Amino acid sequence: MAIVKRSKNDVVDTDERSGARDFPGLTADLGDENQVKRRWAARDLAIYSQAAPVLIERLFLEQDSSVREAILISLTQIGDDTAVQGFIRCLRSEDARLRNEAIDAMKNLPDAVAPIMKNLLNDVDPDVRIFSVNVLESLRHPQVENWLIRVISHDENLNVCGTATDLLCEVGTLAAVLPLEALKQRFPDEPYIAFAADLALRRIREA
Amino acid sequence: MSRHILVVDDAATVRLYHRSILEAAGFAVDEAVNGIEALEKAFSTAYDLYLVDVNMPKLDGYGFLRELRRQDMPQAPALMISTEAGSHDRSAALIAGANLYFLKPTRPDELVAYCSLLLGGSA
Amino acid sequence: MAELIITAEDFNKFREYFYRKTGIQFEDSKRYFVDKRLIERISHTRSENFRSYFTLLRFQASGEELQTLTNLMTVNETYFFREEYQFKCLVESMLPEIISKKNRGQTIRIWSIPSSSGEEPYSIALYLTEYWPDIINWDVEIISSDIDTDVLKRARTGIYSARSVQFLPKELLQRYFTPVRNGEYQISADFRQSVEFTRVNLSEPADTRPYREFDVIFCRNLLIYFDDLSRHKAAEVFYDALNPGGFICLGHSESMSRITSLFRVRKFPEAMVYQKAGAR
Repeated sequence: MAIVKRSKNDVVDTDERSGARDFPGLTADLGDENQVKRRWAARDLAIYSQAAPVLIERLFLEQDSSVREAILISLTQIGDDTAVQGFIRCLRSEDARLRNEAIDAMKNLPDAVAPIMKNLLNDVDPDVRIFSVNVLESLRHPQVENWLIRVISHDENLNVCGTATDLLCEVGTLAAVLPLEALKQRFPDEPYIAFAADLALRRIREA
Repeated sequence: MSRHILVVDDAATVRLYHRSILEAAGFAVDEAVNGIEALEKAFSTAYDLYLVDVNMPKLDGYGFLRELRRQDMPQAPALMISTEAGSHDRSAALIAGANLYFLKPTRPDELVAYCSLLLGGSA
Repeated sequence: MAELIITAEDFNKFREYFYRKTGIQFEDSKRYFVDKRLIERISHTRSENFRSYFTLLRFQASGEELQTLTNLMTVNETYFFREEYQFKCLVESMLPEIISKKNRGQTIRIWSIPSSSGEEPYSIALYLTEYWPDIINWDVEIISSDIDTDVLKRARTGIYSARSVQFLPKELLQRYFTPVRNGEYQISADFRQSVEFTRVNLSEPADTRPYREFDVIFCRNLLIYFDDLSRHKAAEVFYDALNPGGFICLGHSESMSRITSLFRVRKFPEAMVYQKAGAR
């Protein structure tokens, strides 16, 4: 026994893709009991634009993390309205993992997310508003700072404003100075707001 | 020697805020941005306490605590903080292995009091 | 042009961002080192100041500038027995766990990527030969891949500078290497023939598809230079390449925590590694 080389005709060449690779076949595989089959079905569904609804449904049920990752990547690749609406449903879930996965996925879909951002930032559920601010972090969009300024100027929830201020520490410009000052006035007894706003102001002024 | 706390939160400002409060109270502080990094740090340093956010990318606060609690190593108490007030969240945190659950935003005096309580004394 | 200045808050802002993206944390004492490299890149990219450079860094679609900067901020040098604690972990913890689930007669497969000029795969081969007594009972395959055919050629030739072998125990150098011209050393033909070198582009599915059934993957100091998406895809490639329960070793300043939750963190006495879930 020793360090050996495999002979050329003995190369591993397993193909996990056993079922039919058309849309009905893949949809069936997505519910298979074998997680390797489910994972490959989730991956191969990425090329079907009509696959978003079945992928979203599976995401809500799926327990295996390798299958979940494959579903999330395929949904991001499809990236249409249905996919984004599915992610928004995830944001409202009680399952923290699902929420955080949706936030991560939405960060990779700036073009699909930007048009609905205004609505999301006005959602009745403060947690959904916080998650939407989280999504803004990686969104490459000229409106990001304006959206954040609107949040810290009008949102009544402390944690939503706190999260927006956290991001302003990174992206804030002189336009955010007055709104940050006003935010401190609006929540005069909140040490976290004072801390975060002062940090953002210091960074903006020093730049 | 001062007690060592790991602050786990994806928001940089929140980590800085907690660090400044805890350091002023005499604790030593390390930071992690999500549950996976927190596990990595917990494996290489013996912390006295974990201060853990719920929502984080890659591995959230519940996932971190569940994984931490099944490790065969000396365990330290964990304080979970969240923006969510629902009773579901509180029980989920305790089931995952948190010793205490409280809501953001934290106030300096409360935070220090909770930490000292879980550590069974002062910094 | 006015002199470029990185303020204390610029530095803080940058290090928070860099930490979030790469997991690398700069202490205050690194300020001079970091500032110097930032200023270098600000001039090179013809950015007006730190602010505009920071915007470029954060939002560049290709992620190229972040990779260039990461390259500048980290030292990447390859030599024999680099990060030896991982090889120790291989023979003392990972392999014992792997063989406990294998049948006699099955081969143990190790993938080392990137091979670079071959120091890593040969280090693994040397380590197994010298420090893993069970090597007499098991067959081990070591496959090492790189995207660069020039370095693969160098790896197959196996000639190294004195600097590259400086951390090898003297007796191993004497036993398995021959001095050649210019104070260089060539690793013995036995070792050169024992490692299979192949060309692979990790982001090319057709290239990576035949790579399956590995027990351990060494991928050190590579992913840190990839952008988010390529890194994530590479993690998927490794997941598919591993047997259930297989291990991945990353470089000491690298972490899966920024990339994926596909793997579990495993703590062994010698090192921390990542593991694919077992069969169920």
